[in-house]
Amino acid sequence: MIVEIIILSVLMLAALWTVMTRSILRSAIGLAFVSVMLTYIMFRLSSPIAAVFELSVCTGLISVVFISTITLTFPLSKEEVLQHMKERLSRFWYLPLILILVGLAFSLAQVKLNLTLPPPEVEQDVRNVLWKLRPFDLAGQVIMLLTGVYGVLILFRQVRKK
Amino acid sequence: MTDPLALFWITCVFVIMLMIAGLYCIFVTYNLIRVLIGLELLIKAVTLLLVVAGYANNHLARSQAFVITLIVMEVIFIAVAAGIVIGLYYHNQSLDVRKLRNLKG
Repeated sequence: MIVEIIILSVLMLAALWTVMTRSILRSAIGLAFVSVMLTYIMFRLSSPIAAVFELSVCTGLISVVFISTITLTFPLSKEEVLQHMKERLSRFWYLPLILILVGLAFSLAQVKLNLTLPPPEVEQDVRNVLWKLRPFDLAGQVIMLLTGVYGVLILFRQVRKK
Repeated sequence: MTDPLALFWITCVFVIMLMIAGLYCIFVTYNLIRVLIGLELLIKAVTLLLVVAGYANNHLARSQAFVITLIVMEVIFIAVAAGIVIGLYYHNQSLDVRKLRNLKG
């Protein structure tokens, strides 16, 4: 369990850096690092297929989407950056304090989880769960994909017209 | 052998911290891209919770199916939201939420 706690701590530090860092590009890279750590946790917790999805889609594709979005916008001017830095510091310095306090409070709380665990599942294969037990999830995914494609098409058509 | 419930509780603490970081990012920032990054952190927290719940319950296949569905939703959401952010940027020449006053009144 020590390894899992270390990985979770690194994940949390990466998330903190993602929120606190000034540059949005570094923030996007920090988010990708959070995804990598989440992938490692998934591998450790015996969820390899979800981990592969997380690594390829969240670390790869979403980082590309974020970096492309950042590239399509112009950076701030020097005066704006100076003003922005002054404002940022006053707004963001509370976060590490809040996180440390919340983490300490929940860690020191002696919570005994008396949960009744359900019987182990019969179906052990993810493919069978997705295709046989939960086909409506797949239908929902396809509908969402089509909706997403349609939304992006409309948005970019409007941008091109302008 | 790791006690699954102990690991579940410890991971829950980190999930709560991750959610606080994401919410803080959304509430405090004025930049639209950073709002999306905060939302991504919230989704990561939910993903982590699903995985550890599946591990603690010994329902790994089902939790992985949920995580895969969540990842698909996440990608579509981010792609459309990033498109909206770019559209807003071209319209207003700024990503600052304080300057998005076109619909005011």
